[in-house]
Amino acid sequence: MGRTADAVVVGGGIQGVAVAYQLASRGLKPLLVEQEYLASGSTGRCAAGVRQQWGTEMNVLLARASIKMFERMEEELEYPRGIEFKQRGYLILAYHERQWDQFLRNVALQRSLGVPVEVLSPEGAREIVPYLSLEGVVGATFCPEDGHINPFRAVEAYAQAAVRLGAEVWTFTRVTGVRVEGGRVVGVRTSRGDVSTPVVVNTAGPWSDRVAEMAGLHIPTYAQRHQILVTEPVGPVQGPMVISFCHGLYCQQTPHGSFIMGLGDPHEPRNLDCGATWRFLEEMAAIVTKMLPPLAQLRVVRQWAGSYDMTPDAQPILGPAPEVEGCYYSVGFSGHGFMLAPMTGKLLAQVIAGEEPDLPIGRLGPDRFARGDLILEPSVV
Amino acid sequence: MPGGQATAGGEDRVVICRCEDVTLQEIRRLIGEGVHTLDEIKRLTRAGMGLCQGRTCRHLILQEVSRLTGVPVEELSLPTFRPPTRPVKLGVIVRAGGERHG
Ligand SMILES: Cc1cc2nc3c(=O)[nH]c(=O)nc-3n(C[C@H](O)[C@H](O)[C@H](O)COP(=O)(O)OP(=O)(O)OC[C@H]3O[C@@H](n4cnc5c(N)ncnc54)[C@H](O)[C@@H]3O)c2cc1C
Repeated sequence: MGRTADAVVVGGGIQGVAVAYQLASRGLKPLLVEQEYLASGSTGRCAAGVRQQWGTEMNVLLARASIKMFERMEEELEYPRGIEFKQRGYLILAYHERQWDQFLRNVALQRSLGVPVEVLSPEGAREIVPYLSLEGVVGATFCPEDGHINPFRAVEAYAQAAVRLGAEVWTFTRVTGVRVEGGRVVGVRTSRGDVSTPVVVNTAGPWSDRVAEMAGLHIPTYAQRHQILVTEPVGPVQGPMVISFCHGLYCQQTPHGSFIMGLGDPHEPRNLDCGATWRFLEEMAAIVTKMLPPLAQLRVVRQWAGSYDMTPDAQPILGPAPEVEGCYYSVGFSGHGFMLAPMTGKLLAQVIAGEEPDLPIGRLGPDRFARGDLILEPSVV
Repeated sequence: MPGGQATAGGEDRVVICRCEDVTLQEIRRLIGEGVHTLDEIKRLTRAGMGLCQGRTCRHLILQEVSRLTGVPVEELSLPTFRPPTRPVKLGVIVRAGGERHG
């Protein structure tokens, strides 16, 4: 009763904490509400790979700016535990000629935007990962600045900095309703009571459609399972993340020494199921041991699953809801929302605070689906 | 020793999670900062993420959370159990799959 906040951020994953921090650093007092603990959703389940090698200008710009922000994050957020940013690159493999042509177009775009990316022959790729099987490989691209971060630490860093700047964080609290009067947001209902606020930011990840529904809004996002596993730790042998869009595979050695690997499966059901399956283990093992044969010796210690928050064009929805004043989205990241969070959080906070955003984000608005103006990104896993 | 009664100084250096080398001191510091669920402690320290998957440390950490927060052990929730039950080599999984599918 009687609680007020300048903005309520719904969801404590990487998107929520990034927006909360950026709002707080602009002098607003946001309240972040998370139904479980911070990073309990997709963020704490993700591979936390970060790359700039994208195929659309928007994604390259968002990812490049975010990597620059991750590089300075420990200092900017005064975070002593460290976010474990390992910058040893992404090696992206092409397995047929048509894909290779696309890669070369991507590289031209990436270079024009300042990304230091190398074009490699199969043998060149092997110089970077010596045990890579070259069977079927047509070529590869490599950007040494791409890498991997500890997602739990990045979330903690943002949350602690936001709180220092005056934000409040409620964990184990659910938002159960959004109050709209005369076409504008006036508050939210939570399991800890009502809060008056003129601004609600939907950063609910795989639950984004449900939270939008609370304000009477419909967005075309849906949750889809994505499975992943981790091995025992071994000495450092693999610098870069290795990925193949053909196989939907990615495989990375973390600074801790363990290998993290995942496999996309377009046939996964559309729901919030996070169960782990034997079938995934089998397919993952079969493909990764062909591509990176010595990994057959590694023991799997744990497998789990998380949800991708998908949109019809696999690109995020970022910006205001046209129908309800005070409602904002930072959702639908479709499997690559960890790496974009520093910049999307900043851009959305700029829009909310009435500043001119560093990049024009109009095209990422939710109305693009009705207009049929989809963003076609060729490089997704 | 782990699980023993709290005494003076040296106790804090006791290793609670042997797989990931996490000390009682680190666990106590986090609990002091308000981190009270095993899932969160696991994710921030790696305690319980190693080869034995928390068989030993899980209960020691539960006891510690209970002792410092006054919440009975039975009321604390356990981290999600994640397969496989025992670590298994990727190569062995491939062979098992091959045999099953002929
Ligand atoms: C297996 C896997 C691998 C991935 N790999 C990568 C990768 O390598 N690189 C990358 O960039 N991205 C990756 N992703 C995607 C990435 O995890 C997500 O895009 C990103 O974490 C999205 O963050 P978020 O904050 O939007 O969502 P989330 O982290 O899911 O946060 C949303 C939060 O909202 C909370 N919430 C929902 N409803 C309510 C409510 N009503 N009240 C209160 N709280 C609520 C949830 O509990 C949740 O914590 C991967 C995802 C998966 C599943």
